[in-house]
Amino acid sequence: MFSSVSKAFGDVRAIDGLELEVPVGSVTVILGPNGAGKTTTIRLSTGVLAADRGSVRTFGLDPRESGAEVRGRTGVVPPKPAMYERLSGLDNLRYAAKLYGLTDPPIFDLADRFGILHALGQDVAGYSTGMRTRLALARSLLHDPELLLLDEPTAGLDPESAYSVRELIFEMAKAGKTVVMSTHLLHEADGTADQIVMMNGGSAWEKGSPRDLVSRYWQRLEVRLESEDHAALLAAVRDMSPRVDELEAVTVSLHDSSEIPGLIGRLVAGGVPLTRVEPVTPTLERLYFAMRKQVGEAAPRLDAGETS
Amino acid sequence: MNRTVVWAVATNELKQVVRSRDYLLPLGALGLLFFFFVPVLLLGTVTNATGNEAAEAVGAVINTLPDTAQQNIKGDSEPVRASYAVAVYLLAPIAIVVPLTISTAVGATAVVGEREKGTGEFLAHTPASERDIYVGKLIASLIPGYVATVVGFTIYSLVVNVIVGPGVGGWFFPTPDWFILIVWVVPPFIALALSIIVAISARVKTAAAAQQASQLVTLPVILSAYGVATGLLFNSSVAAIVIGAIAWIAALIGLTRGAKSVKRENLIG
Repeated sequence: MFSSVSKAFGDVRAIDGLELEVPVGSVTVILGPNGAGKTTTIRLSTGVLAADRGSVRTFGLDPRESGAEVRGRTGVVPPKPAMYERLSGLDNLRYAAKLYGLTDPPIFDLADRFGILHALGQDVAGYSTGMRTRLALARSLLHDPELLLLDEPTAGLDPESAYSVRELIFEMAKAGKTVVMSTHLLHEADGTADQIVMMNGGSAWEKGSPRDLVSRYWQRLEVRLESEDHAALLAAVRDMSPRVDELEAVTVSLHDSSEIPGLIGRLVAGGVPLTRVEPVTPTLERLYFAMRKQVGEAAPRLDAGETS
Repeated sequence: MNRTVVWAVATNELKQVVRSRDYLLPLGALGLLFFFFVPVLLLGTVTNATGNEAAEAVGAVINTLPDTAQQNIKGDSEPVRASYAVAVYLLAPIAIVVPLTISTAVGATAVVGEREKGTGEFLAHTPASERDIYVGKLIASLIPGYVATVVGFTIYSLVVNVIVGPGVGGWFFPTPDWFILIVWVVPPFIALALSIIVAISARVKTAAAAQQASQLVTLPVILSAYGVATGLLFNSSVAAIVIGAIAWIAALIGLTRGAKSVKRENLIG
C-alpha cells in the first residue's frame, strides 16, 4: 500500500504523491509510459529504494525496516532479465536459492515448467532473450513467493515466452497469490488484470477494475453481428455506420441494450440469416483511448519518455 | 551475518573470475613475470656473474643494504652473496605488489559490475543483507590475491633455492622473516586496499572508472606496503609483527567503514 508516496532523484520527481492499494490475491496491472514511475514503484515496494515522503507498506510491513522479510516473500522479475553470463542456468538458479536460504529448491521442476530444462547446464551467455526471461521467471518462483512483481516482463519477447508470462500470471492468480505487473503494452494487460492502475508523472491518474473503467469511460454499446450472408447483413445495417473486421463480422453502435431485440427482429424480418449476436466488451487498448479522449492531457501517450 | 549467503556471494563471484579468460590470462602472466621470469633472469645473471666489472657490480648491490642485513648474507663468493641479497631482500616486495594488483582487478568491479550487467537489480531484491553482500564480495576479491601470493611464493621459493641454494649449502628459502611477511603483513595490506576499492566500486558509475580510481587510490597503499615489506626484512621480526598488527587495525577500520558503502541503491542501474 502506498500513501502519499513521493520519491525524487535529484531534480527529477519519479513518484509524486502516489496512492495505491493492491488487494491480496489480485492481479494488478500498472500501465504507463516509460518514465511514469512504474519501476520506481516496484523498487519502493521491496525496500530497494526509500521513499522521500509518505508511507509504503508491503504485507503490512515497512519494507525499509523489514526488508529481508518482505523480499523473502516477494518474487521480482526485472525489466531486463539479467543473469550471470559466465555461469550456467543451473548455477544462476542455485545461487538465487542460496540467497533466499532455500535448502531444497524446486530448480528442475521450474526449469521444466518454463521449458529450459534442456539448457540448464549451458552458460547463460548462449541463451536467447526468451530463454533468459524464462530463467528469470523460474528464478523468481524458487521460493514460492506470495507476491510476484513483474516489471515489463514481456518486452522484446518471442510469442512463446510472452505466453509463458501470461500463463504464469493466470496460475499465480488461481493459486491466490498477488501479482503486480508493470507494462506500457496495452495488450499485455488485456484479460489478466483485476485492477488496472494508469500512471503518469509518478502518480496514478486513474485506477479500478476493468469493469469499473468500462462503466466510467465506455458509455456506448456495440454489438457484433455475424451472418451466413455477409452482403445481406451489411446492406441491412448500412444506415448504422457499421465496421467490418477481417473475419467479416459487422459491428454496430447502439444507444443502449434495449435496442438489441428490435435490431435482431428487423434483421430476421429482412431475411438476414444471423449466426451470431454478441455485445462487444472493449479491448483495453480501445478503452485506454476512450479514457484519453475524456481525460485529455492527464492521460499520457504510452510510447514516450524514459525509464525511471 | 549469514555465512551461507556470504559464501554464496563469494563463490558466485569466484566462479565468474575462474571462468573469465579476460581476468585470468593477464593476471597469470603478471604472476609468472614477477614470481618466475624476473627472478630467474636476475638471480641467474647475478649468480653466474664473472669478471672484475661484474664482481664490482654485485658487490655494489650488497653495499646498498643495511649493516644488519649484510651480516646475515650467506655465500662463499661475491656473486652468490649478491644473489642471496637480491633473493631475500630486494625482490621481497613483489610478494605484496602482485596480490594487491590481482585483488584490485577483481574488487574494482565487485559492485559496479553487478550494476553494469543488470544483475544488481536481482541481488537488490533478494533478502541478502547489504553487509553479507559486502563481505562476500570482499572475500571473493581477497582469495584470488592471496592464492596468487601462496602459489607465487611457492614458485619463487623453488626458483631461489634451485639457483642460489647450491652456493649457500642447500635450500635456505623461505627465511623466517619471509613467513612473517606472507602470513602476517601481506593480508592486512590487501584487506585495507580492498576496503577502499569495494567502496569505490559502490560509488562510481562504470567498471572502467572503478578500475582507474582504484589504481590511483591504492597506489599509495601499494607503495607503503612495498616500503614496509622491504624495511621489515632488513630489521627484526618483532618490528614486522608490530607493523603487521598496526596494518591489521587499519584494515579493520577500513573494512568497517567500507561495509557502509554497499547499499541496495548502488546495486541498481
